[in-house]
Amino acid sequence: MRAAFASTLAELAGRDERILLLTGDLGYKALEPFSERFPRRFFNVGVAEQNMVGLATGLAECGFLPFVYSISTFASLRAYEFIRNGPVAHRLPVRIVGVGGGFDYGSAGPTHHGLEDVGVLRLQPGLTVVAPADSEQTRAILRDTWDRPGPFYYRLSKDDRLSVPELGGRFSLGRAEVLRRGRDILLLVAGSLATEALAASQALEEIGIDATLAVVSTLNPAPVDDLRGRLEGFDDVVTIEDHYAAGGLGTIVAEIVADSGARCRLVRLGVKEGPDGVSGSLPYLLRRHGLSRESIVAVAKAAVEARKRSDS
Amino acid sequence: MNAPGKPAPTVRPVALRRIILRQSKRANVGHIGSALSVADILAALYSGILRIETPDDPERDRFILSKGHAALALYAALHLRSFLDAETLDTYCGDGSLLGVHPERALRGIDFATGSLGHGLSIGAGAALGARLEGSPRRAFVLVSDAELGEGSLWEAVMFAAHHHLSNLVAIVDWNGQQALGYTEDVLSLRGLPDRFRSFGWDVHEVDGHDPVAIGRAVSGFPIDGPPNVLLARTTFGKGVSFMEGKIHWHYWPMSDEEYAQALAEVEAGGET
Repeated sequence: MRAAFASTLAELAGRDERILLLTGDLGYKALEPFSERFPRRFFNVGVAEQNMVGLATGLAECGFLPFVYSISTFASLRAYEFIRNGPVAHRLPVRIVGVGGGFDYGSAGPTHHGLEDVGVLRLQPGLTVVAPADSEQTRAILRDTWDRPGPFYYRLSKDDRLSVPELGGRFSLGRAEVLRRGRDILLLVAGSLATEALAASQALEEIGIDATLAVVSTLNPAPVDDLRGRLEGFDDVVTIEDHYAAGGLGTIVAEIVADSGARCRLVRLGVKEGPDGVSGSLPYLLRRHGLSRESIVAVAKAAVEARKRSDS
Repeated sequence: MNAPGKPAPTVRPVALRRIILRQSKRANVGHIGSALSVADILAALYSGILRIETPDDPERDRFILSKGHAALALYAALHLRSFLDAETLDTYCGDGSLLGVHPERALRGIDFATGSLGHGLSIGAGAALGARLEGSPRRAFVLVSDAELGEGSLWEAVMFAAHHHLSNLVAIVDWNGQQALGYTEDVLSLRGLPDRFRSFGWDVHEVDGHDPVAIGRAVSGFPIDGPPNVLLARTTFGKGVSFMEGKIHWHYWPMSDEEYAQALAEVEAGGET
């Protein structure tokens, strides 16, 4: 999604001179579409994420639309208080771009695993959190949101090849996008795990389970009205995210279920183990934490079968 | 420094201190010594250094009180410049007030909310960079405490401003040698402070932080081009009230009736100094 981000931002910057791009010394072979076209609007601020967000706060106050770019953990966690007391407290249009949510930087190790960025950032009122499912939706999200008021967090995958053709780049802020419809179970997936979830839903069909699969790309403010409606008619709901099981999409849906009195059983797939130092490839880590397509299939199948047993 | 033909409005330090004491007493809150420490700096800034015709003018200089706990001194300056009315000033620390111990952006005249130390200089560097990108003569002034220099994030901003030659950024250090629980020399030494800034690429100016004229003179001498400037303002914590000067516990303590009467008398007797 990095390539889609950089080229789309360059396209928008050609139309709006308020757009600036700041990076904390990251984005090698990724940001050139912007930095080469707009060298005077591109700042490598060095390895200093707090200062980067502080700078963006001062820039946004005088009318700029600064995008700040780093790996998701550094962008969200190192700079967290600067985000809170800066763009959030002042309601300024700072755009925080966190690359590599989840296990994208798998073998880089746990310091680079973005497992709580959504959880901490969705606590901040007025900070819109979006997680695109693929490159095409990244483009759509940027074109839809780049000049909206208030601060944004974009949680991007570093995989440029991610593509969900069934999604067709659709995006509507605050709404989930349905990839397929079925009556047996509802699967809700956040951001870049959409490809895994889609493959899982296809595998489920082969064993006679028809799932509805919806991609939830807006994570803050919680898309309450939209998701409440989607829960209706389903006895079983599974949330899927490359994030700690607490704080992200699963928690959002649990809150909606509790608040609305929806009568469904919720299974939250996410990372449940604390950091134990183990790293590895993205597919390995997804398998290890029960987030691979095979795990999704197993969990969904068990949920549907358990319900059938209790119904009979 | 104001527009030609318009005399700089004068914010008198004695009036500023009077407000600090009166409001602290009325609200029964502390941070008095910190506010008195920067009273003369704020008097200088709001007597003409800062180019602010109105707080709503987008082309005004930006001011960031990074040591937000001295906000009462800033409220006093805003009031003396007629940006803040007396009735609102009297809500200081009251229920539902926008005037807390630390400044809030929603209050007219406050450019940025502060209170968490180590944040303001980054914002100021962003404001200065923004002005440069727009080709505007706007400047950004950031008042930091000396103890705040313990925050690593502040040095990130120091490095950035030097690297980008942000000559329109001015940092002022309230160099009173004290912090909440002790003297800086005992807590975290600032020895060689001028050289520290110099080695980071800033132009360093030492000044008596209780001499508004000297402060104004120093700032007016800053070149338009070149490195960012830091004003190391030597100050006395609690300046103007003998029993507060240099005393650690006046970081947090409120005043008794007797202390208030004495403090006010000393400030009035001190007059313009």
